[in-house]
Amino acid sequence: MPVARTALGTGFAAGALALLTSCSMLTGADDGTVELTFWSWAPGIEEVVQIWNEANPDIQVTVSDQGAGEEVVTKLLTASQAGHPPDLVQAEYQALTTLAARDTVADLSAYTTEAEEAFHQSEWSQVTMGTDSVYAIPQDSGPMMLYYRSDLFDEFGLKVPQTWEEFAEVGRQVRDEHPGHHITSFSSTDPGWFAGLAQQAGATWWNTRGDAWEVSVDDEPTLRVAEFWGELVEEDVVSGRPMYTPEWNAALNDGSLLTWPSAIWAPGVLSGNAEDTAGDWSMAPLPQWEEGERTTGNWGGSATAVATGTSHEEAATQFAIWLNTSPEATEALVLRSGIYPAATEAKEELAVSRPPEFFAHQEDFYEQAAQISEGAASVTWGPNVNITYSSYEDAFAAAISDGTPFTEAITTMHTDTLSDMENKGFSLTS
Amino acid sequence: MSTTQTRTRNRPGNNRRTPLLPTGILLLGTLYCLVPLVWVVVASTKNGSELFTTFTFWPGTSLFDNIGELTEYRDGVYWRWMANSALYAGFGGFLSALLSCLTGFALAKYRFPGRTALFNILLAGVLVPPIMLAVPQFLLFAEVGLTNTYLSVLLPSVVSPFGIYLGRVYAAAAVPDSLLEAARTEGAGELRVFGSVALPLMLPGLVTVFLFQFVAIWNNFLLPYILLSDDNKFPVTVGLYTLLNQGASQPVLYTLVITGSLLSVIPLIALFLSLQRSWRIDLLSGAVKA
Repeated sequence: MPVARTALGTGFAAGALALLTSCSMLTGADDGTVELTFWSWAPGIEEVVQIWNEANPDIQVTVSDQGAGEEVVTKLLTASQAGHPPDLVQAEYQALTTLAARDTVADLSAYTTEAEEAFHQSEWSQVTMGTDSVYAIPQDSGPMMLYYRSDLFDEFGLKVPQTWEEFAEVGRQVRDEHPGHHITSFSSTDPGWFAGLAQQAGATWWNTRGDAWEVSVDDEPTLRVAEFWGELVEEDVVSGRPMYTPEWNAALNDGSLLTWPSAIWAPGVLSGNAEDTAGDWSMAPLPQWEEGERTTGNWGGSATAVATGTSHEEAATQFAIWLNTSPEATEALVLRSGIYPAATEAKEELAVSRPPEFFAHQEDFYEQAAQISEGAASVTWGPNVNITYSSYEDAFAAAISDGTPFTEAITTMHTDTLSDMENKGFSLTS
Repeated sequence: MSTTQTRTRNRPGNNRRTPLLPTGILLLGTLYCLVPLVWVVVASTKNGSELFTTFTFWPGTSLFDNIGELTEYRDGVYWRWMANSALYAGFGGFLSALLSCLTGFALAKYRFPGRTALFNILLAGVLVPPIMLAVPQFLLFAEVGLTNTYLSVLLPSVVSPFGIYLGRVYAAAAVPDSLLEAARTEGAGELRVFGSVALPLMLPGLVTVFLFQFVAIWNNFLLPYILLSDDNKFPVTVGLYTLLNQGASQPVLYTLVITGSLLSVIPLIALFLSLQRSWRIDLLSGAVKA
């Protein structure tokens, strides 16, 4: 019994101690300054926010990392309904329409006349969605480009493809001559990636006609892109394994995937997942559908939105504008968070700067990037991209495992998107 | 007792051969449980590139670098999450154990109208998986404006139907009525009877409930995930999840998550090892038996 008591005592004492240490964290400041919370997943964003906090003692911003992607949108919607949304939130462009349709992000047009000039029209249109309202301040964009293993391309005597047709040829050559290697992989888990490729081909999945939506996920360019990749997967020229898995990471390391059609932020992912391949990768424009064209799509990219529930709309907007337009902030964002800024001036400044460390040998990395990004197609995102995206994941995973045509998967995506919009009561043109 | 009998009976014929089949099955089970753990231990010693390039069970070189990196990540937010988990699990487990013993004692030792009905409702509660309650709990907390607070995670953790059930069974078995009667005759009030007579006898039960609840709360993901939106209040489970879920444009922080998972298991193991003794010894003892 005495033994038992002591041991028990220690256990509870440990618990009590943990309680005490945690209790000291419960206290919050309350001295009249405006306190804003900012949901963001950008790495190192705290350091950027720190600059603002030091310069603006009366508007203090606290960063809260909720992760990224689909989940954070759901979380924001629930938090808003529960009545405690954050004041500011980083949102991917394709989620903005959803958030605006659910009245979760505020219209900032009263404050943004000046800020608008800092952005190129194609960037700005992503946050206005063709209306007079402004639902966020653009932060970064993700123009797509082709990353390839230049060391292996040299070793195998391959030519960097300029068109998708050449891409397929190089892929066949790799399959025939170098077993165990694939030119790239087609990912059924990354709808944003496919959306970017489709945009390059000229796809317009959503469009507004007056008050009504026009939906055409199965338009001609999309079907063409799907057919192209479907054939390559069927011929085993392209691997059908998803990206962002441990297996894919291993493939990046051991060179069994020769290229990665990705976006401007790829150097960060590559250096994080395949540190030892530094210097082995090079960047080129995405292959084109027609020779001599210079178009691309966007994969990723996000904006800073202000939640409708905030009681400090003006202060929050002020911060959002500062974060994405002021030279000090954009420079810090590039440096600390590794983003590709949306603001025009920041892009120009970056174009003449050093390449990312992982691409140290490619001196003109950002200059090329700036040229590529000029060819980025402008997009209108619909109000239920999440449905289209999850339909993509299901339909393409099934198509790859069952060997059915990719074009059928596109048809599924289209009908799913359409019927969801009908169910939610959006008016549609047909 | 019974073991000695079996042994003597078996000795002449069987020569005490090791029963191969059960041992084999147990070994398989052990392997099944231990391999993932070994994987976590080994993987946490690897740096980012070793993780995907070297042999799975070959240790890497950078355990301490990984821990250092984890500690530096966003100004040590990981340790904040650990402290939060300790608060939720430690305080929540303690309160839950206390409440379970109190309720269990009342249910076992007092006759009052509705006692059986109450107990049956509790039993039904044992059958309802806590996950099912997370969403209703969220809606209720939202109604009273308690979401995104420490309380919102603590309160649901404190009430545990299983703990109460265990408390009742334990009180019925370990606290003799005669002792309570004696205490009452000496003039002790009901609270005193519980605090000074019943509670010490129920300590092992208390420890058991505490351990169960501690582990359950420590491992809980959905409830805090739904209820909390401030990453400074996250427990370690939700925190690690956000590390995994960084979106396409960021490298997944595998090494941090793996190292973080390993470190987050250590408190559980430590707790079990330190409380195991009292738990086991006291289950065998009792006021009257000893």
